[in-house]
Amino acid sequence: MDPRINVVEKRLEKIGKVIAIAGGKGGIGKSTVASLLALVLADSNQKVGLLDLDFTGASTHTILGLEDFHFPDEDEGIIPPKLHGISYITITNFTQDHATPLRGQDITNAILELLAITRWDELDYLIIDMPPGINDTTLDIIRLIKKIEFCIVTTPSKITTKVVKKSVELLQELNVSILGVIENMTYPTIHYAKEAFPKSYLGTIPFDETYENAIGDKEKLLETSIANTLRNFTVICDKMC
Amino acid sequence: MHEWALADAVITTAKKVAKEENLIKVTEIVVKIGELQTISREIFETALQQVLKDAPDLFNEVTCKLEIEPAGFKCMNCGHEWLFSDVKKNLDDDETESIHFIPETAHVFLKCPTCKSPDFEIVKGRGIWVDSIEGEK
Repeated sequence: MDPRINVVEKRLEKIGKVIAIAGGKGGIGKSTVASLLALVLADSNQKVGLLDLDFTGASTHTILGLEDFHFPDEDEGIIPPKLHGISYITITNFTQDHATPLRGQDITNAILELLAITRWDELDYLIIDMPPGINDTTLDIIRLIKKIEFCIVTTPSKITTKVVKKSVELLQELNVSILGVIENMTYPTIHYAKEAFPKSYLGTIPFDETYENAIGDKEKLLETSIANTLRNFTVICDKMC
Repeated sequence: MHEWALADAVITTAKKVAKEENLIKVTEIVVKIGELQTISREIFETALQQVLKDAPDLFNEVTCKLEIEPAGFKCMNCGHEWLFSDVKKNLDDDETESIHFIPETAHVFLKCPTCKSPDFEIVKGRGIWVDSIEGEK
């Protein structure tokens, strides 16, 4: 038997809430929401961790401006380095941001290794940035992290809405907690998520043209309307706090 | 050292099994470690002894046996098979350290010796598993 499975819960026992930022499609803003949610929570003096499990398309390090990649310190496991007050684990610290071509079993084993050897400090929240779709990563964290809760990101697109809806339905069938659905990059006249997810709809994050210039700069990121909207998501915050 | 975290996982697993099997004494734990973990036998044995210091009395007389399984790969592109031991000398210190932390980063730093593809299967010698736990009821 694989002994790593038996210590995952133990490694996460000092964490209040573990929230996966997920959605069915790529390019819908999961990494942006995960990174900025972690930033605004840290900026509000919450103890926050960020775990980027999008191994093959990792991008939270780009959003947060991590440029010097180095191995974490070790003390009876690996200690997540701090970035902008966030305890942060990204595979790029191990790959030096090179392309990381992994198949299913590789992803499962890498997740298991990271969860088994990472010694998270006491945290109010651990935010997990997920890859697109219902795949190995999603199934593994549902299997391994019993207290996992999902925050779903979608966009004002019929295509995205249809795919995300299937993901939400599957999570519901699996009795996984869904904190809510956020519609990202919205236009004033187009809203699909409110109709598609009437019970779990949290609100919108309008398209923010200042975001591109803010990427990599903590202060600018915190001034974006995306960050301000995430600060004001009272439903999420009420559930999270 | 992160070997402690893996040793802790082994003893946590042994405690779970001992409870499930109603063992009053655990006498032997056989652990297999894939070569790709690039873990030193001595360091892991030291870590196990450290973790066992805080283990309950039923582990007082336990013997831990450690086996390293050689790592092997098969290219998904051309079918070529090779061993980690054949290529690990080509890795620099940082690449070896990356694989030590997360063995799957081998896909970043190793390529098929024949066709240079990074698309290979790790057919053996990765991960860690508890092969057997012996005890008395």
